[in-house]
Amino acid sequence: MMLKRVLLGVVLGCGLAAAALPVDGRAEEPKVGGVINAVIQPEPPGLMLAMVQNGPTQMVSGNIFEGLLRYSPKLEALPGLAASWTISPDAKVYTFKLKPGVTWHDGKPFTSADVLFSIEMLKKTHARARNNLAVVEKVEAPDDLTVVFTLKQPFGPFIGIFEVGSMPMVPKHLYEGTDWNTNPYNNAPVGTGPFMFKEWQKGSFIQLVKNPNYHEKGKPYLDAIYWQIIPDAAARAVAFETGKVDVLPGGSIENFDVPRVSKLPGACVTGAGWEFFSPLAWLWLNHRNPILANKKVRQAIMYAIDRNFAKDVIWNGLGKVATGPSASTIKFYTDDVPKYDYDPAKAKALLKEAGYKGEKIRMLPLAYGETWQRWGEAVKQNLQDVGMNIETIATDVPGGNQKIMDWDYDIAFTYLYQYGDPALGVSRNYLTSAIAKGQLFNNVEGYSNPEVDQLFADGAVATPDAKRKEIYDKVQKILVEDVPVAWLLELQFPTITKCKVKDLITTGIGVNDGFRDAWLDK
Amino acid sequence: MRQFWKTMLRSPSGMIGLVILALAILVAIIGPFYFPNSPWRMVQRPFLAPFTVSTVPLGTDALGRDVLAGLIFGARVSLLVGLVSTLVALIVGVPLGAVAGYFGGRIDDALMRFTEFFQTIPSFALAIVLVAILQPSIYSIVAAIGIVSWPPVARLVRGEVLSLRTREYVQAAIVTGQSSGWIIWREILPNALSPVIVLASLMVATAILLESSLSFLGLGDPNLISWGYMVGAGRTVIRQAWWITVFPGLAILLSVLGLNLIGEGLNDALNPRLSREGR
Repeated sequence: MMLKRVLLGVVLGCGLAAAALPVDGRAEEPKVGGVINAVIQPEPPGLMLAMVQNGPTQMVSGNIFEGLLRYSPKLEALPGLAASWTISPDAKVYTFKLKPGVTWHDGKPFTSADVLFSIEMLKKTHARARNNLAVVEKVEAPDDLTVVFTLKQPFGPFIGIFEVGSMPMVPKHLYEGTDWNTNPYNNAPVGTGPFMFKEWQKGSFIQLVKNPNYHEKGKPYLDAIYWQIIPDAAARAVAFETGKVDVLPGGSIENFDVPRVSKLPGACVTGAGWEFFSPLAWLWLNHRNPILANKKVRQAIMYAIDRNFAKDVIWNGLGKVATGPSASTIKFYTDDVPKYDYDPAKAKALLKEAGYKGEKIRMLPLAYGETWQRWGEAVKQNLQDVGMNIETIATDVPGGNQKIMDWDYDIAFTYLYQYGDPALGVSRNYLTSAIAKGQLFNNVEGYSNPEVDQLFADGAVATPDAKRKEIYDKVQKILVEDVPVAWLLELQFPTITKCKVKDLITTGIGVNDGFRDAWLDK
Repeated sequence: MRQFWKTMLRSPSGMIGLVILALAILVAIIGPFYFPNSPWRMVQRPFLAPFTVSTVPLGTDALGRDVLAGLIFGARVSLLVGLVSTLVALIVGVPLGAVAGYFGGRIDDALMRFTEFFQTIPSFALAIVLVAILQPSIYSIVAAIGIVSWPPVARLVRGEVLSLRTREYVQAAIVTGQSSGWIIWREILPNALSPVIVLASLMVATAILLESSLSFLGLGDPNLISWGYMVGAGRTVIRQAWWITVFPGLAILLSVLGLNLIGEGLNDALNPRLSREGR
């Protein structure tokens, strides 16, 4: 099944069979109708995807809004609102042909004017989109169904920035000339997606209903989705057990509970659907601390941490030990880098060489629940075992974020999305130019290496891909040798569903745009 | 004094309480010598059921840490927090109550309104807020528990002092020109002490419960293992591994029960007339 999906993605990605999904190629014929209850955790702050980009917002609104492209689990571009696209030989002109006959939920047609408006709006409201679009010189719409992006210079990852959460299409006729922050449609978003917003009872549920005029004929199959808001992790597990909910998206329940819940009768579990995000967990090591500024200490930390233990015990075997700055699922990943296996003796030796004398190091765990708390305890114990003097700082999420933004930490847990390409999701964490106080992402650790800066700058614009690969291979080697941060695991957030929920995860974005294809086997 | 011990020893509940507390203190003091490893160390495979491997008789938790070692090190934290925070509450509450009761009038009014200000706020909620603001650490927890537990002490002492200061021997002391501080310290407080001791023993129990509740909610000192933390950490896996929560839960139950029994025994011993009348 999975293989078939991947193959399907490859075929579609090549743009060969873009028009029709070969339904007969599937194991089963989708059935129409039915209602699915899914957990959303935590409750999103808003649903207007162009204004709010929290994880839960993306998960709900990715089914209301759409982007120009979708991405296969292998991260090849798939048609979305754009039916086809061409790239000029000099890699500077991207021409998108929009799908004809697409309408907004209120019946107005979706045209290239909406695309141009969305881009202007996102540049102001969506920090990541603004960065991604920085390389764009101009966007034009020669006709209603054509959009042409002209870049200042070739930008390898450009084709990867059109996912719904990264660049959602916004209805121009409802937003143009209004105050975006107070626009009433923020509370009842109107998109082009397979589901329409119906109702949001704060603290209880969000209801989406089928878009009868969806541009993909016959889809969606479901009549409605209820996103249930249940604040307690144990209660969410119980809701799944009792059949109140059918879908537990990644991170809905504690990892300790995953094996038990997965084994319940009628439960299916998959780790797929996070390829585009590829969350990678690491420890920020604050280079402003003279002890951690020493490369040997940082390497010692890598050797001291038993990451296989963390994977097997804390994450219940899910995920993968990280080899370096890139997750293995994103482009230009290489594992041809120095390796840091669990080796306390080597860690001790390195600490001794570095002249570490038991100075106190503060560690900031991530206050995202049990799993992260346990992980903090395990890492602390690992580091204490090699003679480091670690003090855990207790904090809540906003408090911890503030400390990271103020650089007021020595070691801090985090995990960040990679967005499929090193130029989009990796380089930002190591570039000297990305050091700035007051940010939670980007270069928080304070690492600065001119050679790395240069390589990342070259890698972003180099063509063709073989050249990019060469550059990224080199930069990964340097980074892994330098250990600017201590990479822990490539996280995998298993999605648990009732087995009667079919084809929920068909792309590299997973549940975030998955309900388009999902159906219920009755 | 001999009379006190006699009554204490004769009361079976007091004896049971004393034995439990003595055991807990013994464990807290000498236990760590038998368990030189940190209770945070991952020693065996996770979720090992109790009584299966002799090196970890009470099983292991979600990370493979020894539950028994956690109990022993946790005893230190729980007892320490219980005793020290009670001491803090006494240090604040006794002088306040004594001054209010002895001087009366406006001073009394002012001090009692101040006390009531604290009493109107639910103590656990206040403790949570204090610990959250001060950042969870052993010091902030002791301070928070002390701050929320002194008002009953102040009120009790004030009541006792109010009645004692009208006695002849106190009047006599006033007439002989002794200073107020001296009179409170030498003449009144020693006679007001018995109910305070009884209250204090119960307060230690309450403080242990408060600390456990705070740790359970994740507001414990992250660098120290405590029973409440163990219960809180094991709560989510209670269906897979009951022992992670049950053993520290039992430890909390027993020590709180022990302290309550001691309080009862003390009450009997220190107010012999009251208890005999009661029977």
